[in-house]
Amino acid sequence: MRLDQVPAARLALIGLVAGVFSALFGVGGGIVIVPLLVALVAFPIHAATATSLGAILVTATAGVALYALRGDVHPGYAALVGLPAVAGAVIGTHVQGRLSSGRLTLGFAVLLAAVGVWLIVG
Amino acid sequence: MSAWTIAAAISLGLVAGVLSGVFGVGGGILFVPTLVALGLGQVEAAATSLLAIVPTAATGVLRQRATGNLRIRAALVVGVTSIIGAEAGVRIAKAVDESVLRRAFGVLLLAVAVQFAIRGLRASRRYPDGS
Repeated sequence: MRLDQVPAARLALIGLVAGVFSALFGVGGGIVIVPLLVALVAFPIHAATATSLGAILVTATAGVALYALRGDVHPGYAALVGLPAVAGAVIGTHVQGRLSSGRLTLGFAVLLAAVGVWLIVG
Repeated sequence: MSAWTIAAAISLGLVAGVLSGVFGVGGGILFVPTLVALGLGQVEAAATSLLAIVPTAATGVLRQRATGNLRIRAALVVGVTSIIGAEAGVRIAKAVDESVLRRAFGVLLLAVAVQFAIRGLRASRRYPDGS
């Protein structure tokens, strides 16, 4: 199955599940979207993480618009953590490009385990 | 706000960005606690974290478009439907005991972590030099 021909219904299911979990537990969508793209529609791990970022961009933009209307968004604070994060994202994508899919999958396993423990203990 | 606090917030922002770029996550898992530590309330921190995620994710998306890893159609479908899912999630959160669900979800993530570790080890053994 070519990646651009994956059935929209399966992608929609992934989005729905990711949305429910992120709202319920306050985790980002990515931690759910990446494993589901790998398991349900057989995305290679690099394509799954890149596509997850695209989905998060859509969701976060919509979320900001909603919260901003209620006055909950503090742009100065967002810049304080967000601007260094932009630099970090440049470094991160560069590092990712040099990682084999095996190593990236292993790294993601560590991230999943860390968030899992945090949810159980926290 | 002390200079040390600001330096810590900047460092955590940088780490969140690296995690976002490497693993395709938003970075909110580090943004939210950082913003709470800076004095924002839980809701304000979550809302402000979303604004920090927008440029972070956009940077990763632009970079990944160049590598050919990004599937725009899939990203749009997943992104739009997850907004609908989040709406449902908020309602469920109000109706059920969240702490039990939270632990169950944690266990689920640990199970997926084990599966990913096995998958990753197998791939590393099959292609030791990469790809």
